[in-house]
Amino acid sequence: MVRYIGKRVGYMLITLFIIATFSFFLMKMLPGSPLNAEDKLSEEQRAIVLEKYGLNDPVPVQYVNYISGLVQGDLGISFAFSNTPVTDILMDRVGPSAQLGAQALVLGTILGVILGLVAAISHNGFLDYTSTIIAVLGTSIPNFVFAGILQYVFASELEWFPVALWGSFEHSILPTIALMIFPMATAARFVRTEMVEVLGSNFITTARAKGVSEPGIVFKHGLRNALIPLVTVIGPLAVSLMTGSMVIEEIFAIPGIGEQFVNSVMVNDYPTIMGTTLMFAFLFILIILITDLLYGLIDPRIRISGGDR
Amino acid sequence: MSKLLEVKDLAVSFNTYNGEVQAVRGVNFELNKGETLAIVGESGSGKSVTTSALMGLLPKPAGFVKSGQILYQGEDLVGKSNKEMAKIRGKEISMVFQDPMSSLNPTMKIGNQIMEGLIKHQNMNRTEAYKKAIELLDLVGIPNPEIRAKQFPHQFSGGMRQRVVIAIALACNPKILIADEPTTALDVTIQAQILELMKSIQKETDSAIIFITHDLGVVANVADRVAVMYAGKIVEVGTVDDIFYNPKHPYTWGLIGSMPTLDSSEDELFTIPGSPPDLLNPPKGDAFAPRNKFALEIDGVMEPPMFKVSDTHYAATWLLHPDAPKIEPPESVKKRMHGFAKTGGDE
Repeated sequence: MVRYIGKRVGYMLITLFIIATFSFFLMKMLPGSPLNAEDKLSEEQRAIVLEKYGLNDPVPVQYVNYISGLVQGDLGISFAFSNTPVTDILMDRVGPSAQLGAQALVLGTILGVILGLVAAISHNGFLDYTSTIIAVLGTSIPNFVFAGILQYVFASELEWFPVALWGSFEHSILPTIALMIFPMATAARFVRTEMVEVLGSNFITTARAKGVSEPGIVFKHGLRNALIPLVTVIGPLAVSLMTGSMVIEEIFAIPGIGEQFVNSVMVNDYPTIMGTTLMFAFLFILIILITDLLYGLIDPRIRISGGDR
Repeated sequence: MSKLLEVKDLAVSFNTYNGEVQAVRGVNFELNKGETLAIVGESGSGKSVTTSALMGLLPKPAGFVKSGQILYQGEDLVGKSNKEMAKIRGKEISMVFQDPMSSLNPTMKIGNQIMEGLIKHQNMNRTEAYKKAIELLDLVGIPNPEIRAKQFPHQFSGGMRQRVVIAIALACNPKILIADEPTTALDVTIQAQILELMKSIQKETDSAIIFITHDLGVVANVADRVAVMYAGKIVEVGTVDDIFYNPKHPYTWGLIGSMPTLDSSEDELFTIPGSPPDLLNPPKGDAFAPRNKFALEIDGVMEPPMFKVSDTHYAATWLLHPDAPKIEPPESVKKRMHGFAKTGGDE
């Protein structure tokens, strides 16, 4: 097990390196430079600034410099916020995004599983159709629509929650709900389909023949087997919640990574763009690793080594 | 012999988009303590549906018992709620299924799957149940039961899995064990082992077995009595000797005739022409008549009642009516019957 994780971490590092390389050169291909024409700077001042940030060096040299900094854990210094290390910017920003993403993911998955379960049990009944409609609406309507509706109803009209901004837990409720709907709907759809299939399988008949009660059938025998495919979707969903929250962060004016990323791209803040990209990449790879490990936890058939087979 | 189970006029139907499919159309049989009753017939003859009805495991909401009674020790199981049936399933009547590869929960340890029934029906705590599970694994011939109990189904071969399924079924010493084609999915050598196992377990536990199969070789090997089913009805019932040496129903003749044996190489393999009737619209008269070359005119008009051949032997064919012409089974079937007599019915 330890060896397996070690190997996977090794692959992770290689993947990160490749991603860093590609995004570095892609970013260099972006039109414009960190210095805009509107900036009222003389030729001389421009030269000094470019020199200071090493932007006069040939691109390969810049690349080597960046990567060697990266290896030492140095993401560079932001162009936009003078003298602020990118690491600090990300650290400041990661909190709200992570909290929002985690809340939405946990809540969305739990509600989705419940919704899917209820639908599967009342197969083709009223509750099944209700839950299917919720799931279809949830997957097909983009989250910024929900965000707008939520802001209008619960903040502007009912005044239960703040409209936007970040601070207390109450600020996080509306964006969490807006962000949660997609994973909830996706989970509900998956769980329903899987559960209907699992409940029709032979081993469920065996369990019934043993005299296992209905709750036992659903939770002990059914749910675990129905959750296996869900793990596959939840991983990428988790990542998309963090990246996809860009829009939600804009709407609710939340100082998260997504908002930061958009702003950095606008002003060609190279180190911050790189830093954010690498962080997203890192999260993505990490979550895939966690997903793979979770698989083994849920499904003994794919348990990784260490077992006695 | 005391009657353990008595099935009276059991009819089971399924509601489908096309209408009501009458899968079982009035079945009568009884099961005595400690005996093995084999139910044989083609696919779709209603064998498995009958046993699903006994277990209260008909697929809901499509399948339902239309009429009749299932008397278990004098108590009618028809109309019992799912909760009441759950107390009987596994404890009084339990079941071994056809496909061992899919009838075990892939994410649950073998030991736990056996313990489940014990904890539920015998009020055992986990330690007692675990001990009993190990004993059961040992009983069904699984080596190193302590290690095997902690493993998952994918770590077992097909034959071993079927042993586990049998262990699960036996866990609470059920009075009736229903085996629904338990050896069909296994290869021949394993088949023989599983049959031996079931026979030896029956000797030890004195439980009654309902053995569903379409393999007459298996029937000769395990059964005390045989019920032949066709199109949702029992057409002939008798002891193994009655059915193999003195079959009366043309369908039974067909089944026996179409059984390949080692010395039957000189003749062509006999088959029953045609296919079973559509039970969405059951035919008038004898359901087997269209495939029966000995069919009489009355077969197209009226269903034959059960005629008594002997105290143990009954068959539903007009050929047994006193006014019917005397018809002997075809030569190939007769030869087969003599073959059984020679080898003593042992396949």
